[in-house]
Amino acid sequence: MIEIKNISKWFGDFQVLTEINETIERGQTVVICGPSGSGKSTLLRCINGLEPFQKGEILVDGVSLSDPKTNLYKLRENIGMVFQRFELYPHMTAIQNITLAPMKVRKWSKQQAKEKAMILLERVGIPDKADSYPANLSGGQQQRVAIARSLAMEPKYMMFDEPTSALDPEMIQEVLDVMIDLAKEGMTMLVVTHEMGFAREVADEIIFMDFGKIVERGSYEEFFKNPKSERAKEFLKQIL
Amino acid sequence: MFDAVFRNITFLLGGFGVTLELTACALVGGIALGALVGLGRISPKKWIYLPVTLYVNFIRNIPLILVIFWFYFVMPIIAGSSLNPFVSAVISFIIFEATYFGEIFRAGYQSISKDLVSAAFSTGLTSPQTARYILIPVAFRRMLPSLITQSIVTFQDTSLAFVIGLQEFVRRTSIVDNLEVRSIQLFGFVAIIFFIFCFIGSKVSHRFEEKGRRTGIL
Repeated sequence: MIEIKNISKWFGDFQVLTEINETIERGQTVVICGPSGSGKSTLLRCINGLEPFQKGEILVDGVSLSDPKTNLYKLRENIGMVFQRFELYPHMTAIQNITLAPMKVRKWSKQQAKEKAMILLERVGIPDKADSYPANLSGGQQQRVAIARSLAMEPKYMMFDEPTSALDPEMIQEVLDVMIDLAKEGMTMLVVTHEMGFAREVADEIIFMDFGKIVERGSYEEFFKNPKSERAKEFLKQIL
Repeated sequence: MFDAVFRNITFLLGGFGVTLELTACALVGGIALGALVGLGRISPKKWIYLPVTLYVNFIRNIPLILVIFWFYFVMPIIAGSSLNPFVSAVISFIIFEATYFGEIFRAGYQSISKDLVSAAFSTGLTSPQTARYILIPVAFRRMLPSLITQSIVTFQDTSLAFVIGLQEFVRRTSIVDNLEVRSIQLFGFVAIIFFIFCFIGSKVSHRFEEKGRRTGIL
């Protein structure tokens, strides 16, 4: 379980997050949407300790991020993250991208890491691309390798930061399909996206953020059919 | 047609040996110091950034020959005794080339996106592991063509050390020329040797650049 308790964050004088509260139970999929600059990505980066925050507390399985005794490296092993621009290691093949962390962090043997990587590449539908470099893969394929890279650490949680917004339209679905399967298999997921088809299919809760605050939250039906705030109505008009 | 060259070949090649030694020392020192200068140039700490930037801007805006001269003539005043020309030349070159290598390193470090580092961290890799397996290999591949090009420039620059009497390749050639009076063939020979080495170097640099482009690293 991830508990976000009243966190606030500033970049200098500018407040990017204001008193955010949210609890993500195991097995849930939570979709975060909102206009750009509303603090969605920053919130994700706070959850795995990539960004510090000044007020409040985040607990991951009861462990506080702001506790100086918490080993952030250890904590991140359990929280996978997928980025908008894939961020594959450009000097490594797909399979090397996937096996690096299991071998260096989990100390798996090369053999064991490779077997796991092949299973994952199979699962994201591109086992034939194992030895390709990122430059020779399409955007959709790169993002699927990035998902496999995160899954290789067998994380309890997966965070996605606009995973399809850098993709050509025809490649979006292949990435969403992988994510939908993952959600249906019971992975706990936190997804920043504007893909409403995805939200409809798997989201247990939708959070709408604006100017660093959670403005609205609810199920897909509640949010899309009957948004309460003016900002959410305006936003939905733009993306639908 | 190269009769004067052949008559003095051992003496001339000895000079070329000095040139190679000087180049090697200048490169090892210049690249090592340059890696630190590059770090200094991206440092958020003002007391590191400012002096390093001042040093880089100052040295890059004066001719190398002045650095060599100054160091050779000023050092004895400060240190109290005169330096041997080779040591003096090596130090001048390190001071000078480190500013150029420093800018190459700065660009290399800055070419790594914040999110690539975040991606590595998010799989549980530690900072030293991220530096070792991701940052350094990627930055190095991106810098390699420029590093090779700057090394070729350094190799050519070493001939300027003749102004402080160092018996490197060009200096020895001019000594031979004073006796033989065969300037065209003697300096032609020097030019050919320099050309061969530099040409191969630039081809190698080009190769790495094409490879970098092909694999999407550049």
